Amino acid sequence: MAKAFVLEPGVRAGPSGGMGAAVIDAASLETRELNDRLRELMLSGARRVQISNVCGQRYIGTRLYTPERLKMEIEVLGTAGNDLAAFLSGHKITVHGNAQDGVGNTMDSGEVIVRGRAGDVLGFSMRGGEIYIRDGCGYRAALHMKEYQEKRPVLVVGGGCQDFLGEYMAGGVVIVLDLEGEIHDASFIGTGMHGGVIYLRGIVEGSQVGDQVDISPAEEADMEVLEVYVSRFLERFPEVEMTKEEILASPFTRLTPRSKRPYGGLYAY
Amino acid sequence: MHRKRRSRRELYNKEICACSIFGAMNREGDRFTGEGVMKAIASMRVRGNGLGGGFAAYGIYPDHRDLYAFHLMFTGSTDQARRAAKKELEAHLSRKFNVYFDEEIPTDDSVFVRDPPLLWRYFVLPRKEGEDAATADEDYIVGEIMAVNTRIENAYVFSSGKNMGCFKGVGYPEEIGEYFMLDRLYRAHTWTVHGRFPTNTQAWWGGAHPFGLLDTTVVHNGEVSSYGTNRWYLEMYGYACTLQTDTEVIAYAADLLMRRQRLPIDVVAKILAPPIWNAIDRMDEKEKKLLTTLRMAYGPLLMNGPFAVIIGETGRMIGLTDRIRLRPLTAATKGEMFYISSEEASIRLISPKLDRVWTPKGGEPVIGEMKSMNRMKRVC
Amino acid sequence: MRSFVFPEFSIIRDEERCGSCRGCERQCAFGVHTYDPVTDRLTSDEQKCAGCQRCAIFCPEKAIVVRPSPSFYRPNASWSREKIEDLKRQAETGGVLLTGCGSDKPFRIYWDHIVLNASQVTNPSIDPLREPMELRTFLGRKPDMLDIRAEDGDVEIRTEISPNLTVETPILFSAMSYGAISYNAFRSLATAACRSGTYFNTGEGGLPREMRDEFGRCAIVQVASGRFGIDAEYLNCAQAVEIKVGQGAKPGIGGHLPGEKVSLAVAETRMIPQGTDAISPAPHHDIYSIEDLSTLITALKEVTNYEKPISVKIAAVHNFAAIASGIVRAGADIIAIDGLRGGTGAAPKAIRDNVGIPTELAISSLDRRLREEGIRNQCSIIAAGGIRCSSDVVKAIALGADAVYIGSAALIAMGCTLCQKCYTGKCNWGICTQDPRLSGRLNVEIASTRLSNLISAWSHEIREMLGGMGINALESLRGNRDHLRGVGLYEWELDVLGIKGAGE
Repeated sequence: MAKAFVLEPGVRAGPSGGMGAAVIDAASLETRELNDRLRELMLSGARRVQISNVCGQRYIGTRLYTPERLKMEIEVLGTAGNDLAAFLSGHKITVHGNAQDGVGNTMDSGEVIVRGRAGDVLGFSMRGGEIYIRDGCGYRAALHMKEYQEKRPVLVVGGGCQDFLGEYMAGGVVIVLDLEGEIHDASFIGTGMHGGVIYLRGIVEGSQVGDQVDISPAEEADMEVLEVYVSRFLERFPEVEMTKEEILASPFTRLTPRSKRPYGGLYAY
Repeated sequence: MHRKRRSRRELYNKEICACSIFGAMNREGDRFTGEGVMKAIASMRVRGNGLGGGFAAYGIYPDHRDLYAFHLMFTGSTDQARRAAKKELEAHLSRKFNVYFDEEIPTDDSVFVRDPPLLWRYFVLPRKEGEDAATADEDYIVGEIMAVNTRIENAYVFSSGKNMGCFKGVGYPEEIGEYFMLDRLYRAHTWTVHGRFPTNTQAWWGGAHPFGLLDTTVVHNGEVSSYGTNRWYLEMYGYACTLQTDTEVIAYAADLLMRRQRLPIDVVAKILAPPIWNAIDRMDEKEKKLLTTLRMAYGPLLMNGPFAVIIGETGRMIGLTDRIRLRPLTAATKGEMFYISSEEASIRLISPKLDRVWTPKGGEPVIGEMKSMNRMKRVC
Repeated sequence: MRSFVFPEFSIIRDEERCGSCRGCERQCAFGVHTYDPVTDRLTSDEQKCAGCQRCAIFCPEKAIVVRPSPSFYRPNASWSREKIEDLKRQAETGGVLLTGCGSDKPFRIYWDHIVLNASQVTNPSIDPLREPMELRTFLGRKPDMLDIRAEDGDVEIRTEISPNLTVETPILFSAMSYGAISYNAFRSLATAACRSGTYFNTGEGGLPREMRDEFGRCAIVQVASGRFGIDAEYLNCAQAVEIKVGQGAKPGIGGHLPGEKVSLAVAETRMIPQGTDAISPAPHHDIYSIEDLSTLITALKEVTNYEKPISVKIAAVHNFAAIASGIVRAGADIIAIDGLRGGTGAAPKAIRDNVGIPTELAISSLDRRLREEGIRNQCSIIAAGGIRCSSDVVKAIALGADAVYIGSAALIAMGCTLCQKCYTGKCNWGICTQDPRLSGRLNVEIASTRLSNLISAWSHEIREMLGGMGINALESLRGNRDHLRGVGLYEWELDVLGIKGAGE
C-alpha cells in the first residue's frame, strides 16, 4: 500500500544560480512579453534560464523553434499558464509549481517536468519527448498521442488521471502510478485507442475502459520498460518518498488496443 | 431587413458566450472587499474580450438584510428614454411592493465603460393584495420580475435577492468592478465573477453575467446547445427568457428546481448534468431507478453542450461542469477560504499557498457551504 | 447475404468496334472488365462499376459506353431509387453509408440565379486585352488605419502590419490531404500553385519533408483535429497556418482515412503506424469554447514567431456568422468558409447531403455580419464549396469574399469525373489513391499544366467580366453587390444575399 503524501507544490528555492543561467522576473510580464524575452535570450546564446514569479503566463517554450535546433534548459518558478511546452521542439522545461491545461500540446521533442499537478488535455497529440508529472492530472490526458518508428513519446504521471485518458491514442507510452493510493476511478479510458500502450499501477474494471481496449497484466517485457521510466521519475522527484522496488512491487495493468482499425466495421462501402 | 411575419417562426436569438469564471467564499462568514477577486479575474483577461463582466456579492447589505434589494437597469438610447422607463417602473413597483428606500447605484464615472444605462436600487418587500395574498412571497416576486422584464420597455431587474447584489455591464470585469467601486464600497462573504467573450458586438448590459433570480446567481462559461429545448420547458413554468443569453436558462432551472421544487443540490446536479446511460445501467437498483426517473421527467432540462458554472446562493457556492467535462474548472481551499476558478493561476495570485487543489469530476457539483447555515436560512 | 441492389451503371460494349486490346481491363482497378481467352472477348461485371469513365475515355476504338442504368422500380417521388437502394445496402451491412465528393442533391444553386452587370455608356467597360486588369489581392488582417509620418519627402509607416498572403489571382487550391489524394496529385497541386502565383493547402496530412524547401513558399499548412504531421518546422516552412475546425462536406464530424490508404509514406508523414485508420476526431479536443480557439490561434502565432497569418476554416452552418465573428475577435487573420457543397474523400452520406448551408448565402451573411460589427477589415474571407467556373468566382467576390478555394474543380482539371468512390482507394485516374500502380498514371508535369491552364483560363475570364463591369482592380469588386441581380429568387433569399432582383 502506498504511503499517501500531500505536498505543497509551491515555490522552492531555485536552482543555485549556476553557470550562466539568465534570470527573468515574470511578475509584471504578459505572456507575449515573457516569450519575447525568452526568445531573445535564446538567440543571444543563453542556454539556461530561470523564470520566477510565473502566474498563468501561457505557451512557455513554444516560441523557441529555430532551424538550427538550439536547445535551452528553462526553470519555471510558480504556476505555469495554459499550453506550457505547446509544439515544444527539443528544450527542457522544469516547473516548480503546478501547471494548468494543455501541457505538451502537440509537443515534438524535449522534456517537461512538473513538480506538482497538471490540468486537462495533458500531452494532447504529443509526438515525441517525455513528460513527467509528479502529482495527478485532469481529463483527457494523452489524447491522440502518436508515434512513428523510434520516435515515441512518454508520459509518466505520479498521481491519478481522470476520465478519457488515452482517447484516440495512436502511439506512445503512458504510465500512471497513482501513488496517492486512490484506485483508478476514471471512466472512458482509451476510447478509440488504436496504437500505443497505457500502464496503470493497480487494477481497472472492464467497464472503465473503451470497447476497443484489451486489459492484461503487465509481463516481463513491460516491467522492464516500467523500471526504466519509474527510475527516471524518481530521479526527477527525489521528494517522493517511495523506492523503485516498492512501486514496482504493485501489480501493473497494461492497456492496449484490440485492433489497429477499431472502426473498420463501421462503414458500408 | 427581416419582415414582421418572420417573428412567428421559432427564431431564438442566442448569443454564444465563452469566458472566465471565478468564485471565492469565506466559510466562516467573514466578509471581504472585491479587490482580490477583481485581481483574479483580471489575470484571466485573455479569456474574455472586454465586452462583458460582472460580479455577484453576498452579504453586502447587512443593514437591510431583511429587505429584497432590487437592482434595476434602465436602458434606451437617450437619457429621456431611460428616465421614462424609470418612471414607469416606479409606478408599477409602488403598486406591487412597499419601497423602503431607493437610490442610484454608486459608480465611479471616471472609469470608462461603454454606454452605461441608468442604474438604480430599491429596497422592498412585497405588497400582496387580493388574489396575490395567498401567493408565497418568492413566487410573487419572481412573477413580478418576469412582468417587468417583458412588459416595461427598457427596464430590467438584474438582481433581486436579500442582502446580496449583482453588478455587471459591458467592459472587462475588473473595469466593471472599478466602475461599481466593489473594492471600496462593499464587503461580502461570497463573490462570484465572470469575464465575457460574447460574439455579438451589440453586447448589452443586460447580457453580461451573472444572471440571477432572488438570491440564486449563475456565472457560466460555455454554450448551452440544448437552449431551445430548455427554453420551451421553462416558459411553460412561467419563466420568460428575455435576456438573449443561454445562461438565463441555467439560472431559471436552478430557481425552478432548487427554490420552487426544493430539490437538494445533488439531485439538481443530476438533472442538469446526468450520468451517461452506460454508467446508470451499472448502478444498484435504487440509484438506477432514481436517475432513470430524473432523466425521464426532467429530460428537457438536461444542459447539453460544454459548460462550467458557479451557482451562488446565500450561504453556498456551487461549481458544476457538464458530464463529459468539456470546460475547465479548478477548486481549491485554504483555511476557511474556498475558491473555484477557470484557471489555477488566478487563485494562486491572491492566495499563493493553498491547502488543496483539485479538478472536480464532470457532472458532480463541488459545494462550499457556510459553516453556520442557520444564520443564513432564508425566510420563506 | 445476397445483395438485392441493382448495379448503378450499364456497360455497353460495341462488339464490332472492340479489338480485344484489353486496355479496359488494365485501366479498371475495380475489376469490372475481364478477358476471356477462350472466346477472345472482354466481359464486364456491371455490379462493380463506379462509373468513373476511365475505360470509356481510354478505349482506343471508343467501343465502350458507360451510363447510369435506368431504375426498374415504379416511379415514386418520395422513395427514389437512391433512397431504396441505400436502405437495402444498410440492411445488408448494418453500416454507415460512406461516400465521396460534394453533395449532389438538388439544393438551389444560387450562383445560377445571380446575374452580373455590364457597363454601358455612362461608365464605359474596360478592355482587358489592352488595359491593366488587376487581380492581385492580400489575405490577412488589415489595420484600421495607418499611422504615417512624412518628413522632408521621407515617408515612414509606423503602424505594424500583420502578415498577409499575396495572391496573384483570387483562386487558391483547397485543402486536400496527402493520404486522401495521391503523392502525384498532391505534388501537382503544389507545382501549379507555385507556377501560377497562388497557394495550395496541405490539408490534414502534413507536408512531406522533401517538398518543404521547394513548395513551402506557396503552401498553407493545416492544423486539424488529428494534428497529423505537425511540428514546428512544418509550421514555419509554409506561408500561412490554417486551423481546420470544420468542412462543408461533413460539418460537426471528424475525418476518416481508412487503413487501406495509410501506406508507408502516408504513415511517415502523419506519424502513425502503417495500416492504422487515421482518425481525425470531431472536435479539436483542446477547443471546446471560443477562448480555447483563441488559445490555439495564439499558440500558433507564438510557434511561428508572429510571422504568418493564421486562418480558421469552418463549415457554413446555422449560427456560423456569430461564431465567425468570435473567431475574428479571437485573433484569426483569415476565415475560410466551406459550404454545403464542399467535397471530401470520405464522409457519411447522411451528413454530406443534409448538414450545412449553401456557400453563397454563407458568404453574404458573414460579410454583412462582420461589417455591421465594424471588424470586416480584421480578416479576409475565403469562400469554398461548389465553385465551378469563373463566373462563380466573380459572384463570390461580389458577395463579399476576398478569394475562393477550389477543390473539386481542381480534381476535375486533373481528370476526376466525380464518381464518388474516393474512399475505396481505387481511383482509376490516380488521384484519390495510394496504390502506386494507379497513382503512377498521373503525370505531375501534365497534371500541373492542366491546373495552371485552369487558373489561367479562369483568370482571363474574370478579367473579361471585371472589364465589362467597368472595374480594373479586384478590390473594387469585393462586396460590391450593386453589380449583382437575382433572378427567380424569393424575397428572403434576396434579403440574405443582399442583392436586388433583376430589373429593380
